[in-house]
Amino acid sequence: MKVLVAVKRVIDYNVKVRVKPDNSDVDLTNVKMAMNPFCEIAVEEAVQLKERGIVSEVVAVTVGPKAAQEQLRTALALGADRAIHLETDEVVESLGVAKLLKKVVEDEQPSLVLMGKQSIDTDNNQTGQMLSALMGWAQATFASKVAIEGDTATVEREIDGGLQTLSLNLPAVITTDLRLNEPRYAKLPDIMKAKKKPVDTRSVADLGVDIAPRVELVRVELPTERQEGVRVGSVDELVDKLKNEAKVI
Amino acid sequence: MATLIFAEHQDGALDPATARVVAGAKALGEPIDVVLMGHQIDGAARQAAEIDGVSRVLVADNEAYQHVLAENVSKVLVELSGEYTHLLASASTTGKNVLPRVAALKDVSPLTDVIAIESSDTFRRPIYAGSAIATVKSLDTLKIVSLRATAFEPAGQQSAASIEPVTVVEVSTTSRFVSEARPEGERPELTSAGVVVSGGRGMGNGENFKLLEAVADKLGAAIGASRAAVDAGYVPNDMQVGQTGKIVAPELYIAVGISGSIQHLAGMKDSRVIVAINNDDEAPIFRVADYGLVGDLFEVLPELAQKL
Ligand SMILES: Cc1cc2nc3c(=O)[nH]c(=O)nc-3n(C[C@H](O)[C@H](O)[C@H](O)COP(=O)(O)OP(=O)(O)OC[C@H]3O[C@@H](n4cnc5c(N)ncnc54)[C@H](O)[C@@H]3O)c2cc1C
Ligand SMILES: Cc1cc2nc3c(=O)[nH]c(=O)nc-3n(C[C@H](O)[C@H](O)[C@H](O)COP(=O)(O)OP(=O)(O)OC[C@H]3O[C@@H](n4cnc5c(N)ncnc54)[C@H](O)[C@@H]3O)c2cc1C
Repeated sequence: MKVLVAVKRVIDYNVKVRVKPDNSDVDLTNVKMAMNPFCEIAVEEAVQLKERGIVSEVVAVTVGPKAAQEQLRTALALGADRAIHLETDEVVESLGVAKLLKKVVEDEQPSLVLMGKQSIDTDNNQTGQMLSALMGWAQATFASKVAIEGDTATVEREIDGGLQTLSLNLPAVITTDLRLNEPRYAKLPDIMKAKKKPVDTRSVADLGVDIAPRVELVRVELPTERQEGVRVGSVDELVDKLKNEAKVI
Repeated sequence: MATLIFAEHQDGALDPATARVVAGAKALGEPIDVVLMGHQIDGAARQAAEIDGVSRVLVADNEAYQHVLAENVSKVLVELSGEYTHLLASASTTGKNVLPRVAALKDVSPLTDVIAIESSDTFRRPIYAGSAIATVKSLDTLKIVSLRATAFEPAGQQSAASIEPVTVVEVSTTSRFVSEARPEGERPELTSAGVVVSGGRGMGNGENFKLLEAVADKLGAAIGASRAAVDAGYVPNDMQVGQTGKIVAPELYIAVGISGSIQHLAGMKDSRVIVAINNDDEAPIFRVADYGLVGDLFEVLPELAQKL
């Protein structure tokens, strides 16, 4: 069975973003970019399923600018077999990404689509659910355990109150949470091998999918920063401040 | 036109976040309906009807909705949404599981985790782990928005609005509920607690969280954790506070043995008063703390529990 993994190019999670002086957007010039951490977890899960003999082919897909090829190469180095690059310089919203991924799903007919639960730039947490809905498939978001048997997937999900287990008919969309696995690091020979794996690049403009923005970015600002408070020298002083100054206890 | 709020419930009781979502929805200046989906949820429906500002409570009571599976619940919301300009929910795991599905089916670009409503089409939401706040304008006719409940004060009470049944029945054929494990606790729920005491990697192991519990007991506090503490298996996942866990904004947040990564701060920096207890006086958590105590948590916590 075939698995499709959607990966997104985002700012590296260690980088603190800056906002442009005119407040029009965040400033990503010369910022270190990387694969969204939740997508790394999705790739790892797909590769592990292949290593366990459950999956025969892992296809990575991304929607993004030319530079997003780097993230596809990372996916290939981590064990994906081939990649599809839907290239565009436009900002594509989740809805547009979901529609584009639907096209790929219709072509590729995977039994499973693995995606991150959220991207750490926009923190949207929605694209997987949207693709699943457009396909009329089952979904399991925030997965912390995935077991596949025949044409069902049993998925444990991290929900606000604890853990929930669902059984899904395949094909389905599963989005990854942090505890699903620990992504491996790509080894140098794998990075070299990845350079020879096929990447099929298609222009988004040629796909005939409506990706016109539905959301206008009006302004981007820094949040009001907290001021550093005081250091207290003892537990007694802390309790006193909380009682008599902050009046929170 | 009107606003529809998709509300949650647990063990027959309404999710307390609902009153906060209703308060947020008031800024839209339209009549507010609340819809509840589940099985045997009359009690929750009555609670919803008594939230100030609610015009009508719609109840879809059917065994098919018992576990609020996204596949069928989203279809009911699609059916209902025709009469509304706004569909809102709390940005909980359930809200985030369901709303984007409805949005895709309605061909709408949804907005997640909104912290302020500026007008009927303009909203503010944090991006990049709260490092920036974006003001965004939705161009869709139906706005589908999840609200970060902690950013809104709960609405008050009113005499009960009318409760009406929803008769559409959608059964999910593609997914099935298997089981649920909810760690039972006596403690207040993390996202609505007035005081939160959180432990990080510095706690060393799960057993040591007892030291935090002793402090939490004195304060009637909920207990949270950093991702490092959850990943290490000290405590369950539902205790994770942060960008990719729960967002909390209590009156008092006490961070113990937590360094203060940007991802952790994203989940707690809107707390009114922050206390940091850490043995590294350079730890970034001190930069957001109102009161910082440099010290060994294994000495500080027992003393704190005793002196509270
Ligand atoms: C006005 C406006 C301005 C924006 N400006 C910026 C900007 O400056 N910088 C920026 O980075 N974003 C920006 N965005 C957001 C950008 O369009 C998002 O990439 C888009 O919304 C889709 O991803 P998401 O973050 O919603 O995905 P989420 O739902 O948070 O991500 C979940 C998962 O979906 C999959 N996925 C998401 N996007 C892709 C993709 N492109 N290719 C493959 N898989 C994917 C991944 O598996 C990911 O883990 C802007 C959006 C708007 C509306
Ligand atoms: C995609 C992604 C998502 C993430 N999401 C989250 C999230 O939602 N929430 C989150 O919390 N993190 C998240 N993280 C992880 C985050 O980057 C940090 O790794 C994590 O928050 C660190 O946890 P910590 O502060 O407990 O551990 P550390 O950074 O290791 O800090 C431990 C602290 O304990 C102190 N300490 C040790 N011993 C003692 C002692 N005896 N007494 C007092 N102090 C002591 C140390 O000085 C240190 O400051 C995410 C990371 C990624 C990549």
